Amino acid sequence: MKIIVCVKQVPDAKDVRLDPKTNTMAREGVQSIMNPYDRHALEAAVQLKEQYGGTVTALTMGPPQAEETLREAVACGADDAVLVSDRAFAGADTWATSYTLAMAVRKLGDFDLIVCGKQAIDGDTAQVGPGLAQRLDIPYVAYARKIHSCTADKIRLERLMDDGYDLVEMRLPGLLTVVKEVNEPRVPSLKGKMKAKSLKATVLTAADLQADPACLGLRGSTTQVVRVFSPEFKAERCMLTGTAAEQVDQLLNKLESLL
Amino acid sequence: MLKIDIDGCIGCGVCESTCTFGAIRVEDGHAVVGDKCTLCGSCVEACEVGALSIERTAKTVVSDLDSWSGVWVFAEFRDGRIAPVAFELLGIGRQLADQRAVPLSAVLLGAGLGEHARELIGFGADRVYQVEHQALASFTDDAYGNILADLARVHKPEIILAGATAIGRSFIPRVATMLATGLTADCTDLAIRPADGVLLQTRPAFGGNIMATIECPHTRPQMATVRPLVMKPLPFEATRQGEIVEVSPDSALLQSRVEVMESIREKGDQVNITEADILVSGGRGLESEKGFALVREVAELLGGAVAASRGAVDSGWVGYPHQVGQTGKTVCPKIYIACGISGAIQHLVGMQSSDTIVAINRDENAPIFGVATYGIVGNVFEVLPQLIERLKERRGGKAGN
Amino acid sequence: MNYFLTEEQQMIVDVARQITDEKIIPQRAELDEKEEFPTEILRAIAKADLFGLYIPEQYGGFGGGSFDMVLALEQFARGCVGIATSFAASALGAYPILISGSDELKERYMPVIARGEKWAAFGLTEANAGSDASGIQTTAVLDGDEWVLNGTKQWITNAGDAQIYSVIAITDRSKGPRGASMFVVEDTDPGFSYGVKEKKLGIRASSTRELIFKDCRIPKDRMIGRQGTGFFTVMRTLDLSRPGIASLGIGLGQAALDEAVNYAKQRVQFGRPIISFQAVQHILADMAIQLEASRALVYATSRYIDTDAKDLSKYSSMCKVMATDMAMKVTTDAVQILAGYGYMREYPVEKMMRDAKILQIYEGTNQIQRNVIGQALNKEYSRS
Repeated sequence: MKIIVCVKQVPDAKDVRLDPKTNTMAREGVQSIMNPYDRHALEAAVQLKEQYGGTVTALTMGPPQAEETLREAVACGADDAVLVSDRAFAGADTWATSYTLAMAVRKLGDFDLIVCGKQAIDGDTAQVGPGLAQRLDIPYVAYARKIHSCTADKIRLERLMDDGYDLVEMRLPGLLTVVKEVNEPRVPSLKGKMKAKSLKATVLTAADLQADPACLGLRGSTTQVVRVFSPEFKAERCMLTGTAAEQVDQLLNKLESLL
Repeated sequence: MLKIDIDGCIGCGVCESTCTFGAIRVEDGHAVVGDKCTLCGSCVEACEVGALSIERTAKTVVSDLDSWSGVWVFAEFRDGRIAPVAFELLGIGRQLADQRAVPLSAVLLGAGLGEHARELIGFGADRVYQVEHQALASFTDDAYGNILADLARVHKPEIILAGATAIGRSFIPRVATMLATGLTADCTDLAIRPADGVLLQTRPAFGGNIMATIECPHTRPQMATVRPLVMKPLPFEATRQGEIVEVSPDSALLQSRVEVMESIREKGDQVNITEADILVSGGRGLESEKGFALVREVAELLGGAVAASRGAVDSGWVGYPHQVGQTGKTVCPKIYIACGISGAIQHLVGMQSSDTIVAINRDENAPIFGVATYGIVGNVFEVLPQLIERLKERRGGKAGN
Repeated sequence: MNYFLTEEQQMIVDVARQITDEKIIPQRAELDEKEEFPTEILRAIAKADLFGLYIPEQYGGFGGGSFDMVLALEQFARGCVGIATSFAASALGAYPILISGSDELKERYMPVIARGEKWAAFGLTEANAGSDASGIQTTAVLDGDEWVLNGTKQWITNAGDAQIYSVIAITDRSKGPRGASMFVVEDTDPGFSYGVKEKKLGIRASSTRELIFKDCRIPKDRMIGRQGTGFFTVMRTLDLSRPGIASLGIGLGQAALDEAVNYAKQRVQFGRPIISFQAVQHILADMAIQLEASRALVYATSRYIDTDAKDLSKYSSMCKVMATDMAMKVTTDAVQILAGYGYMREYPVEKMMRDAKILQIYEGTNQIQRNVIGQALNKEYSRS
């Protein structure tokens, strides 16, 4: 099986905060990590490889330092790594990102399966996976929570729904996005880390992809950010008074925007 | 690309301190931009000498932008009922439609739809596009996506809203890609910009630590998903008039490359409290398992998870996986509601960094009030039933629910 | 403090640390409470290639030495000494084969141990032979092409969960110190069974059982090294394994110090965090001093061992004594700092204190270690 895993290097979201006065992100102590959902995606791909044979290629779109994440992927079982990097990609929204990744996947040749994490913890949109599948005109299943089995042309799995799950069968080649329940990601192995140390990831630029510049980066985005701000800081410490009914009314008013 | 006019730049560093991403700094007396720039434009606004600009090459704007008109809401139908989020979206959809002076329509796909379209009209839709077919009985990304995209191409709505449910988050991105248009996920606020009628979509990023407002200026429709319980439905009006348009789908659109073998319903206690956005937590103050049931009910109505102090777990009212505190889990949800919890330090260390903390306790000196954003000094057995009643009302009684 | 690790050594630390944080720490309390062997965690360690750390590359190992093992064990011990002991005991069981075994024996056993597919254990102690190893009574008698073993080994770590056992038995009592030999016994050998799982004060995730040999028959080629070299192999094995035990002490001490300092910063009494009181600071300071000094000695010793030094026994014993006595003191102090909370099973320090005790006892009691050191000093100074 030829499997491609899309990974992304993200800041550790829980450490990211905006200082509301200066509107800047606290930069110190914010680590870069592999998007946690992508660790599960990688583990799923490597387990399929171990069971059915084949190769796993880790693919990422990002700045040069995203290569660290590719090394981590190789240390955890990926066979090779591809970095898609170019200044022209800056400012890409999920539309431009899925275009760029689709061009990269086409360059990599035939594949059986693409596995993505359900979402990236910085953008939180969960859009690139399905968008990528659509661009490549392949079927996809989002929120895969358990993979049952795989043949040359079909994969059988469980997809998480709000009220339970669906047992589905998808034709290959196809794409999956996975949720955390799907597996326990392995820790990098020593041999893996040593292999990763000497890794020379394939680097693809916009020119290598023969990408249409109009479809890249900010220019190629269909959405753009108008404003960035800090969520309402709860500087207030407010005791609600009155009868129980009044207190509850006041509380619901206060929580309105959050619920 | 961020363009820096090196001659105009005075090296004052305002851009550096404004930049949210640490992408621009002053070096050798002028601004230098690095790899982390996301082209958000904050520095351009902040620069007092106008030395910064973002090169936006003239885009191929969809030429007939103005011919896209109308606000649509995708109504999810599963298990014989319409998902409540659809009614909530009709609430905000009505506002947006009225501001744009256009009709509000709903799209209802499924099998066995019966009279449900009327509910959508009762909650504010002017029109419902109803697509009834056996092939739509189970959700598939292919069939649902093909049909919604096709309807959109034919009828050209300027805005499409959908619930950010498992189904919505799965197939709406595909629809957006098929329509070559922008999609913003998990919006917490939607508004129309008066100057040009564009939809402003506000959403959290970085796990909710930052908010961003986004627009989709050059393509149509503008698409957005919204989580359940974020928006409010309008009161149901049984007598409201509207049009139901039956659509017969082209069989080619109903083909799916993914086959649903079986749908299994599960009422699992699978929730990991560290991932929940809303936690309703109970302590000794609830006095008994029956008292603790109030906490469960509030959690269910808010779409949140149940948490507990050690006292409640030790008393056997709830399992250890729900325990918050030094010897339990550490949580940081958007909302933490502490009911009958005194707030001993061992509990506080597990939840004090939650975004908003609500405390309900009859002792005004309880330490929990020291970390609470909103405090209610009162009897949980009076306050919680009130809260439950209010939440039920807010959810909206549906005709025949 | 920076101990100037090489890139590869740092990789070992990083991998071991990740396993400790992601797998060991979340499960340690439950495994201790249930006295359950950490099978899944050992599998994860195997997958990370750490079972082969000390095994030569030709057998599929990493080709590392004592210091590499020390680095890995320190991390695991920071999580749980019971789980770390299970990993360390497998190395203890493999060392005899590496030290004295024939090439053929090494070919047979080292690769599976390196892959973590099979685990090993070391069988020396008996009811009448603890510190006095020469008191062993298990016998091995040659019968045709087979050795027949009879006797009982006591308190063997990994017994029942391991598949490969390095066991010492008397082959010719008349030869005194040259009268014992080591053998490889496999869990499927006939006449070999296990006793009941012991209930212990600490390291409860580790399995401790008797090994019972009742006319246990093993093929002739299972002897490790030449006949009569048993005690030599045992001594050499313990010389090499002692820094590993010392390393468990450092990891444990570090974990205890971390808990104590974090707690002291947060616990407010008399209007201030207790870390602001000198009495508490002094206890913490002494803990930190002893911990770092132990770490420096263990690192220096294991690096020295990796240079194939000839006089390593004395240093090996020294670092074991220092680090394990330190661990007992530091964990006890940690419980004291956490006071009432420290005594409660809900908090991790009482387990750390219970776990520390065994480190002063097994692999040669600290009293025996002091004998070794004293005798070595005597010999050293006699030469000049």
